[in-house]
Amino acid sequence: MRKYKSIRAFRDQISFLIDRKAFKYHVLFFFFLGLVFLLSAGMGEQSFSPWKTFNILLGNGSNFESMVVESFRMPRILISILVGIGLAVAGAIMQAILRNPLASPDVTGITGGASVAVVLFLAIFSNESNALTVSVHWMPLAAFIGATIVAICLYLLSWKNGLSPFRLVLVGIGLWALTKALTNLFMILGPIHQAAQANVWITGSVYGANWSNVQILAPITVLLLLITLIMTRHLNIQELGEDIALGVGARIERQRLGLLILCTAFIGSAVAFAGGVGFVGLMAPHIARKLVGSSFGNLLPLSAMIGAILVLLADTIGRTVFLPIEVPAGVFTAVIGAPYFIYLLYRQRNA
Amino acid sequence: MVLQSIKGKSFGLIIGATLLLLFNFLSIILGYTNITIQTAIDAFTNFNSSNEHIIILDVRLPRALIATAVGVSLGVAGALLQALTRNPLASPDILGFNAGASFSIVVALMLFSVTSLQAITWIAFIGAAIAGFLVYFLGSIGRDGMTPIKMTLAGAAIAALFASLTQGLLVMDESALDQVLFWMSGSVQGRKLDILFAVLPYLVIGLIISLIISNKINILNLGDDVAKGLGQRIMIVKLIAGISVILLAGGSVAIAGPIGFIGIVVPHVVKWLVGNDYRWIIPYCAIVGGIFLLIADIGARYILMPEEVPVGIMTALVGTPFFIYIARKGGRKA
Repeated sequence: MRKYKSIRAFRDQISFLIDRKAFKYHVLFFFFLGLVFLLSAGMGEQSFSPWKTFNILLGNGSNFESMVVESFRMPRILISILVGIGLAVAGAIMQAILRNPLASPDVTGITGGASVAVVLFLAIFSNESNALTVSVHWMPLAAFIGATIVAICLYLLSWKNGLSPFRLVLVGIGLWALTKALTNLFMILGPIHQAAQANVWITGSVYGANWSNVQILAPITVLLLLITLIMTRHLNIQELGEDIALGVGARIERQRLGLLILCTAFIGSAVAFAGGVGFVGLMAPHIARKLVGSSFGNLLPLSAMIGAILVLLADTIGRTVFLPIEVPAGVFTAVIGAPYFIYLLYRQRNA
Repeated sequence: MVLQSIKGKSFGLIIGATLLLLFNFLSIILGYTNITIQTAIDAFTNFNSSNEHIIILDVRLPRALIATAVGVSLGVAGALLQALTRNPLASPDILGFNAGASFSIVVALMLFSVTSLQAITWIAFIGAAIAGFLVYFLGSIGRDGMTPIKMTLAGAAIAALFASLTQGLLVMDESALDQVLFWMSGSVQGRKLDILFAVLPYLVIGLIISLIISNKINILNLGDDVAKGLGQRIMIVKLIAGISVILLAGGSVAIAGPIGFIGIVVPHVVKWLVGNDYRWIIPYCAIVGGIFLLIADIGARYILMPEEVPVGIMTALVGTPFFIYIARKGGRKA
C-alpha cells in the first residue's frame, strides 16, 4: 500500500485512501492556480507584483488599488475560474459516458445548443434600448435547456441498435454545424448592436463580468460540484463499459441520463456567462487523465483545476498582451485546443 | 437510380438545364421589389435607366449568375471529393477547404493589404489547398488508411483551428472587419460581376477538367488496387482531381465566402437520380448544385422579409438533417 495513504477518522467510521501521486499533483496544481490567480489579479494597465496583489487582497492597499483589483479584475477572474471548472468537469463526465476521448461538449454541439438558447433569449427578452426585460438570472436556465435539447437530440439521433461512439461524434459534428447556423440566424433577428456583442460572446469571452454574475454562477457551480461528488462512483462504473457496468449491478441507463443532465447543467451555466470557450472540455480531462489515471475521484478535481487554469490564463493573456485590444479567451483556448485535438486524432490513428 | 436509360438521362439533363435557366429568371424577378416578367425582359432589350431596370441589371442579375456559378462549382467539387476520399460525408466545408480559404483571405486583406481580385483568388486557392492537404494527410495516417470518420474528424479539427485563427485576427483589427465581413458572411448578395469574372476562368477550367477525367474517376472508384491493375496511374488522376477541387472550392469561397452543405447534399441526390457513373454524375451535380443554391438564395429573401438571411445559413439548415441521415446510414460508401 505504498502508493496510497489511508486516513481514518471518528473511530474508523470514516476512512478512505489517498493516492499519494495524485495528491501531489493536486497540491501542485492548486498552488499553480493560486499563482496564476495572483498574477492575473496584478496584471493589466495598472500592474502590481504578485506579492503586492496578495497584500491588496488582504486589505493593505490604497483605495484605488483595491478598487482596481477587487471591483474590476476579481469578478472576471472568478468567472473565468468557475467557467473553467464547469467546462472541464462537463468534459470529463462526457468522456466517461461516451467512452470516447474525442467527445467533447463543443464538437458534439452541446455548447452550440447553449449558445443558440442564449442568443434566442437575448433576442426575445430585449427591448428597444437593448436592456433585458427579464432578470439575467434566467439566462443560465435558458442555456441549460438549449444544451439539454441538443444532448437529447444527439442521444436519440445516434441511437441505432445501441450507441456507437463514432456515430455519436459524426452526428455531433452535424448538430454542431446546425447550431452554428441557428445562432447566426437569431443574431440577425436580434438588434444589430446586440449582434456585434453576441459575436464576441460566442467566441468565448468573460469580458464584462461583474459581481452579480459571480453571485449567480458560484452557487450553481458549487451545487453541481456537490452532486458530481455524489455521482462519482457511477462515473467510474460507466467507464467500464456497458456489459461490466450491468454485471456489477449498475442501472446504467438511468445513471447515464442523470450524468448527461448534470453535464448539460455545467455547460449551460458556463456558456451563459462566458459563451463558447472552446476545447477546454476536451483538453483539461485529458491532461488530468495523463497525470493521475482514470479514477474519477482523482480525475475530476484535477481536471477542474486544470480547466480553471486554462481559462484564466487564456483570459489574462487576452486582456494584457495585446493591449489596447482585448482578445477573447476562446480564441486562445481554440488555438491551443484544435492542435491538441489533431494530436489526439493522430494518437488514435490505429484505434 | 431513377433514370435508367441513356435516353432518360440525356432528357433529364436537358430538363435540368431548362430548370436552371428558369430559376435564374425567377431569381431575377422575385424579391423585395417585385418585378414583372415584362419589365425584366425590357431591362435587357431596351434599358431605360428606371429604378427597376437598374435593380435588375446591377443587383438581381449578378446575384443570380453568382449563385449559379457557385452552386455549380460546389456541387461538382463535392462529387469529386466524395469519390477521392471514398467518404460519403466529404464536402468542401466539412473537410476544411472553406475555413482554410477564408483564413488566407483574411490574412491577405489584413496583414498584407492585398486588394487585387486576382491576387485574392489565388490566395483563396492556396488556403484551400493547404487545409485540404492537411486534412487529407491527417485523415489517411494510421494502419487502416483513410476512413470516413478520421477524415471527418480531421476536417472538423482543421476547420475549428482556422476559424478560431480568423476570429482572433478579426478581433485584433476591427477596422478590417467591414472589409472582411463581406467574404465571411457566406452570401451571394451584394457582389459585383467583376468578382465573378475574375474567378470564372478558374471555375470553368475546374469544371472542364472534372468532365474530362470523369471516366478515370469511374475506374478509381473501383478501389486503388483494381484501378492500378487496370493500368491507371492513380496518383496522377488523384492529383488532377484534387487540383480541380481546389479550383472549384477555392474559387467559390473567393466569390461568395463559405457556403456549406451543397457539396454534400447534391452528389447524394444526383446518385439517387443517375446511379454511380461519374460521366453523368459530374454534369448532373453541376446543374443540381446551381438549382439548389438558386432556390436557397430565393428562399433566403422571403424567410425574414424584409431582412435577408445569408444563404449559407439556409443551406446549413437544409443540409444538416441530410448530413445526420447519411452519418446514421453508417458512414459507409454510399
